[in-house]
Amino acid sequence: MAEIVLETAGLTMRFGGVVATDNVDFKLRAGELRCLIGPNGAGKSTFFKCVTGLLTPTGGQVFMRGHETTGWNPRQVAALGVGIKTQVPNLMDGLDVHENIWMAARRFLPMQDAMRKASEVIERLALGPIARTELGRLAHGERQRVELGLVVAGDPWLVLLDEPAAGMSADDVERMSDIIREMTRTAAVVIVEHDMQFIRSIASTVTVFHQGAVLMEDHVDRVMADPTVRNVYLGKKA
Amino acid sequence: MASFWAKEVPATIIVAALLIWIMPMMIGTYTLTVLLIYGMLGFSLGLIWGFGGILCFGQAAFFGLGAYTYAIAAINIGDSTIPMLLAVLVPAAFAALLGAMMFYGRLTDVYLGVITLVVTLILFKFISSTAGPEYVIGKARLGGFNGIPGFQTLNVPGRPNDYIYGDPYFYFCAVLLLIVYLLVSWLLKSSFGRVAVGIRENEVRVALMGYDVSARKTVLFAIGAAIAGLAGGLFANWGEIVTPNLFSLGQSAEIIIWCIVGGLGTRIGPIVGAAGLAYLKFLLGQQSMIDNTLLTGIILVLFVLFLPKGLVPAIASLWRISFGQRRQLPRHGARRIRSGGARHG
Amino acid sequence: MDLVFVIIVEMLYAVASLVLISAGLAIVFGMMKIINLAHGEFMMMGGYVTITAVTLGANVFVAMLIIAPVVVGLIGLVVERLVIRHLYGRLVDTMLATWGLSLFFIGLATMIFGNTTTGISTPISGFTVGNYQVNGYNFFIILIAIVLLGLMYAVLKGTRLGLIARGAMQLPDMAAALGYSPERIYMATFFCGSALSGLAGAILAPLVGLVPTSGGAYIAKAFITVIAGGPSLITGLMASSGLFGFISQIFTFAVSPVMGEVALLVAAVVLLRLLPQGVTGKFFRGRL
Repeated sequence: MAEIVLETAGLTMRFGGVVATDNVDFKLRAGELRCLIGPNGAGKSTFFKCVTGLLTPTGGQVFMRGHETTGWNPRQVAALGVGIKTQVPNLMDGLDVHENIWMAARRFLPMQDAMRKASEVIERLALGPIARTELGRLAHGERQRVELGLVVAGDPWLVLLDEPAAGMSADDVERMSDIIREMTRTAAVVIVEHDMQFIRSIASTVTVFHQGAVLMEDHVDRVMADPTVRNVYLGKKA
Repeated sequence: MASFWAKEVPATIIVAALLIWIMPMMIGTYTLTVLLIYGMLGFSLGLIWGFGGILCFGQAAFFGLGAYTYAIAAINIGDSTIPMLLAVLVPAAFAALLGAMMFYGRLTDVYLGVITLVVTLILFKFISSTAGPEYVIGKARLGGFNGIPGFQTLNVPGRPNDYIYGDPYFYFCAVLLLIVYLLVSWLLKSSFGRVAVGIRENEVRVALMGYDVSARKTVLFAIGAAIAGLAGGLFANWGEIVTPNLFSLGQSAEIIIWCIVGGLGTRIGPIVGAAGLAYLKFLLGQQSMIDNTLLTGIILVLFVLFLPKGLVPAIASLWRISFGQRRQLPRHGARRIRSGGARHG
Repeated sequence: MDLVFVIIVEMLYAVASLVLISAGLAIVFGMMKIINLAHGEFMMMGGYVTITAVTLGANVFVAMLIIAPVVVGLIGLVVERLVIRHLYGRLVDTMLATWGLSLFFIGLATMIFGNTTTGISTPISGFTVGNYQVNGYNFFIILIAIVLLGLMYAVLKGTRLGLIARGAMQLPDMAAALGYSPERIYMATFFCGSALSGLAGAILAPLVGLVPTSGGAYIAKAFITVIAGGPSLITGLMASSGLFGFISQIFTFAVSPVMGEVALLVAAVVLLRLLPQGVTGKFFRGRL
């Protein structure tokens, strides 16, 4: 079996009296694509934030490729070679697409190589026509795509995405699934997502969160067919 | 980078040489010298604020620290060379410490403003209260409100009796400003400078890419302080006395006004703003009809309300519109720069 | 024993004057998230209004407690209409614009009153405790500060106006949706804040020689007291005034008044480093 690239042991996050993430054990192997789903407040976003270092968990441990990263800040996590996309789009609005992606590439590459890398990523993500447009002027779908570009440019071995398909059109979502499928060739990918259509289209293993804990973990089709999941997740939604 | 060395550097040097040649025909070199020094001071804040998004309410602290460091060191050492270096290094070191404290504590915006303002006040209050004979550093008495007069002014290195003053001092300051300008231009073209702009635009994103934002901001802050300190050292030489007023809030306010009026996010804006407004103040100082402070205040309010990008970007876009060059308008709205670091998420 | 009494009074006085100095700024910052850097000049104007009114024959208490707040409040209203309202939601821009206003008012006062020190004598005489002389006016300031805090609490907690104001403070959009014009709330708030600044300046005027640049001495203290206080208006004001007043008085007694001031500023820097959200960002959460 492939190497475990991300593991949490007993990960717990309390906000005052509320336990948002309760004793979560989670394992992800190299090359795997995993979606985290669950109703609002199930703890998946909190889990994501604890793993990326945006929050410091109140208990438990996080390991990435054997490093214990519990309590690290996002910069340290990213410096390990982990690509992160937060829920709120985080981009440098005053700079153009090329500059944005160049900066992500420059973190791990020398100046000229970063230039080449940026152009390559732009081509791969079909951002060519807007390469010199500044981010502030782009549409939401394009911005999401650029942010994926930032993640890709760092050549990560682990990618953590929080709702990459949120608010996107059907076309954009389709393109997004292609990009993510391509990512899995070199990296393990974790996606927090609501959009079931999108999750089906990338057909991955799914971890279902419910009330802060992991309810089940299986292939998306079997998860969708499971009565308990239907009850807590889909039932509530309808 | 190639076009920088091939085009921008020669062009800048030619323009600067022309200005250095022409300006003394219109304004006396004594006045011009101080305008250059203020230009350098404005430039120091323009760098960290306009390109790094760090709004420092206490840039005057580094200016004053540079001036005092020079004065104290010059009295103790005699030759001006080492004091001049110290005038750059001491404020830079001080800023590095202060910056590390602030940026590793993730203070942003208002809190940054409060701390820099308060530190300036502490220095001002402390230096003002050092009138007593017990406040001595080496041979130099700090002198409280009266400041420190009578120190060794700039001399040819190693020859303490060959003073550089008058016209040569003007050329000295002009060349120094040119060198600083070119160095900063190069810095902004480098990866460091471009990442600094990225931090201004979105600190969180740059951190998520794996860059050490706190360290980078601290370094940029220290570079700004070094330039302000250099300006302070030059100012001490020009005025031949240093007083606590160098640290005053009024001085800090003026530096900020220079940057806004000149234009943030440009290199030349803060220099033009500083020299222009300082000259205006000099001209106004010769009349007593309207109070100087009142006018400065009105200028600041009007610019914030009606021309928040400042003069240089406004003129530049006007130029482009009238001459129809198909280039993009200046990208970085000053409003966004000013509140840099305020983003959440 | 006498010394202890004197020290306690001095301590309370230091705290009370910080409360007075900061109250106007705290209201404007707490409710509108605006830092009014012309706050010190509003205080300076309060002082000048009092002195002018007294020279024109008004009773000194009427001048301090009524005329000064009203006049400065009206000046604040004009400022809000002309400048501030264009800059809502732009924290840094308002700071810059009000800094410009502060310079403007300094210049204006210099043109009208000249760059000389003026003052009035304290209307309450001092008395002695054992070997020590106590300034009777200090008690007046302590009293005013207590009344002020009580009044602020009562208005915010007890009145309909206070409720609307608190609502607008939490969620301006919601208040607007419920039919309360945030614009009018902001206007009223800025008027109150300015009036309080004027009041503070008026009350402190007899203690200081007034010059057009007097405001500078207040603004930094008020600024740090408010920021260090954090999001809760009254609790924060009390907590940080108490802390800073205490620290500065200790150093004033132990070393010198200058060191007292320096200690206050250093304490502020340390505090903000440790609690970047201010005292009430960490403790006393959710209080007023």
